[in-house]
Amino acid sequence: MADVVRETRRWYWQRVSALVLALCVLVHLATIIYAVRSGLSAEAILARTRGSVTFAAFYTIFVAACAVHVPIGIARVAEEWLGLAPRTADGIAHALALLLFVLGMSAVYAMVAG
Amino acid sequence: MPQASAQAQPERTPARHGATLRVSLWRGRDDGAFVEYEVPRLESQTVLDVVTWVQRHREPGLAYRFACRVGMCGSCAMTVNGVARWTCRTHVAEVAQDGHVQIAPLANLPRVKDLVTDMREFFDKWARAQGRFFGARTRHDEFARVRPDSEARQAADAGIECIGCGVCYASCDVVTWRPDYLGPAALNRAWTLVNDERDTAQAARLRAVAGDAGCHSCHSLGSCTERCPKHIAPTGSIAGLKRVTARAAIRGKL
Repeated sequence: MADVVRETRRWYWQRVSALVLALCVLVHLATIIYAVRSGLSAEAILARTRGSVTFAAFYTIFVAACAVHVPIGIARVAEEWLGLAPRTADGIAHALALLLFVLGMSAVYAMVAG
Repeated sequence: MPQASAQAQPERTPARHGATLRVSLWRGRDDGAFVEYEVPRLESQTVLDVVTWVQRHREPGLAYRFACRVGMCGSCAMTVNGVARWTCRTHVAEVAQDGHVQIAPLANLPRVKDLVTDMREFFDKWARAQGRFFGARTRHDEFARVRPDSEARQAADAGIECIGCGVCYASCDVVTWRPDYLGPAALNRAWTLVNDERDTAQAARLRAVAGDAGCHSCHSLGSCTERCPKHIAPTGSIAGLKRVTARAAIRGKL
């Protein structure tokens, strides 16, 4: 029974995170294209992102959605292609989620407060 | 035209008088082999006609299944040139390439002999997916009134015409990868019952179809939908099951 609930939740969280990611990626790409159209330097970018609550909030959501979405997919691939046991695949997924979140948030921190 | 695509084109020309067709039939079980026969090419000839001709004129011991011959019973499905099809509703003219047709038993099912597969696992999975109707009314009660235009009724209608031929199951790559997967037909059947407002076993059914061997293993490859001779879309039914089970899980009812 645990398997049934786990699989259903995995599917649900992957769907929800995909919805968030679809929106975030669009905003992310549009912002990049808009911001660099006249050739911004690294200093100019940092001058705009430092202390920006909007930037911090948006990219925190983006990083969280990645940290949810990617490990679920990787766990699935690991189970199906590498034949890993669900518990092992879950362990890898949790470690990957933590890694993605820490790396992502450290990048956000560097842009906003670094 | 490149030669490869010219070869892939089935012959749509009418059969010439006295023409023959080369047919490779699978003989034996897993350790069997294709055996080639020459069969008279006839007008409007179906693949089932070809198999029957071989059985009557060349190989009395050839094992194959059929019953209605008109696409109603779903028992004559075989792999024709690598694709699962109803042999009774497949004209030779649609599939023959360079005057040749290869006929094998359905994939993803244990072989019994020649063109016959063991369908037990296929139908056991219908039972495992709670593909049976459970009602609350007796013969003494009034008929249930189900609105024909309700969303649930329309969803059930879309999948209800399945006759259990096994073409979708034999075409499903996920069944090949993981043999415990319930498969498109059983899940499609469950979806029609999930949309049956008279049914009383909904919670048990959702538990049966969710999870690793159930709807969550489907990768939406769509082979079942593409190959279904009844033009049912099991991929859509399975997507529906994913939505409904997710809703049930959120409400703690799974």
